[in-house]
Amino acid sequence: MSNETLNGRRDFLKATTSGVIAGMLPVSLVRLAGAAESDPDFTFAYISDSHIQHIKGNEFVRNWDRGLIRAVAEANLLEPKPDFVVFGGDLAQLGTKAELDHGAEILAGLNYKTRVVMGEHDYYLDLGEYWSDLYGDHYYSWDHKGVHFITLNSILTYDDWTFDRWESPERRMNEMAGLDNPNGSPFMVGDKQLKWLKKDLSKVSRDTPVVVFSHSPLQKIYKGWNFWTEEADDVQAMLKPFKKVNVIYGHVHQIQYNQIDKIAFTSVMSTAWPWPYPESYAQAESHLPILTVPMNRADPFNERDATGWQFMNMHTGRVDLEFNLYNNSNRTIAFNRDKGHPEDVTFSDAKTRTPAQSHF
Amino acid sequence: MKKVAVIAVSLVLAGPVVADEFTKDDTERWMEQFELVAAEGRRLWTSPEIGTNGVACAQCHPNAANTHPETYPKFQKQLGRVTQLWEMINWCLRNPLEGDELAADDPKMVAMLAYVHKERRGVKLDPGKH
Repeated sequence: MSNETLNGRRDFLKATTSGVIAGMLPVSLVRLAGAAESDPDFTFAYISDSHIQHIKGNEFVRNWDRGLIRAVAEANLLEPKPDFVVFGGDLAQLGTKAELDHGAEILAGLNYKTRVVMGEHDYYLDLGEYWSDLYGDHYYSWDHKGVHFITLNSILTYDDWTFDRWESPERRMNEMAGLDNPNGSPFMVGDKQLKWLKKDLSKVSRDTPVVVFSHSPLQKIYKGWNFWTEEADDVQAMLKPFKKVNVIYGHVHQIQYNQIDKIAFTSVMSTAWPWPYPESYAQAESHLPILTVPMNRADPFNERDATGWQFMNMHTGRVDLEFNLYNNSNRTIAFNRDKGHPEDVTFSDAKTRTPAQSHF
Repeated sequence: MKKVAVIAVSLVLAGPVVADEFTKDDTERWMEQFELVAAEGRRLWTSPEIGTNGVACAQCHPNAANTHPETYPKFQKQLGRVTQLWEMINWCLRNPLEGDELAADDPKMVAMLAYVHKERRGVKLDPGKH
């Protein structure tokens, strides 16, 4: 598609959505009271799990397209402007060139520098080869305004599963694409990347705030749906010496947050569809962090329900996170410095919770 | 004489198979039948073939979670009445899967219902619950 057409589409989105969005976007990019430390505050946006799905020819699943198109349009309306945007992985559903190209075209509508995380749906068809043509390295780090950012590829798995088990790349992709598929395999960072991470962190002062982006949770919640990373404990041990660590992850399509030592974990939502909390699968045991006040149970009659995107206020080394939920009240998960963990600013008191937040 | 004849007739009636005379072999065979149908339901649930756009039920409902079969029949505000689970499955077939509805007794519908209930086994009935 030509630039001219792309710009045309972007302008169209701005024109058609801004009237609605302006009154709705919670643009609370203000500094919290009592900001005494010297790290500058800044914001970034986070869009994840769009699962662009090819039907045939130039047809894609409309529902998933709409979620991503809306996130891009809304993120472009943020004021003040975020410093950058992160896309948290699973741009595609089955990793095809058609899906990655279509998703990349929509993402290219963002007016900001965009960093991209690898998801399993982007990877297991060609092991990330075409994705690399679009977005480069599978894992990398950079510094921004005194914060050290690390993007990991946490969706690798055992070599025999990846290389020796399946008769075709398509079969391998399909097997990994089924969340509850017993033929799947646990997510991993892998030895090579762990060595790289150790080396990368060795250059960082322990006072420097660290933010890690991964697709899968770098904590163990429920193995059956890969809400899980095999070496989560190893990664946490490497991050433990740092005073302020924030881990942001996608994959789970639901609100989760947790604190382990000095590491604050926060998930992000999908633009495509929500997933049940593992506790609602009656045949399995899960370990949803007790800090988490769940998102609302989704209303399937509204196709954008329980989906959305996020923007994040990087405030004195900690991430405060605003969930922009298309059809639900927005949620704010901010780091509570007194308590030393992230918490929902509205619903932390059990008495304030709504029936829709109870999952069964 | 008459009395004896009546007794004889009732003994004859009791002799052949009666409905509640089933064996362990029978229950195993029946369960096997159920499992075959539930397995077909799982196949359909995870397959793109049930709709038209490649989307599968399991994409939003891994292990059929968040379907809550134990709460049906229940009031669905969007439909304005009390509905059965199969009507909700048809809603999903029409909308996210952009496919065609199935009859309540269509073998594919029965198979999917068998799978959904199997994944929810052990949970107490709670009709009407939201």
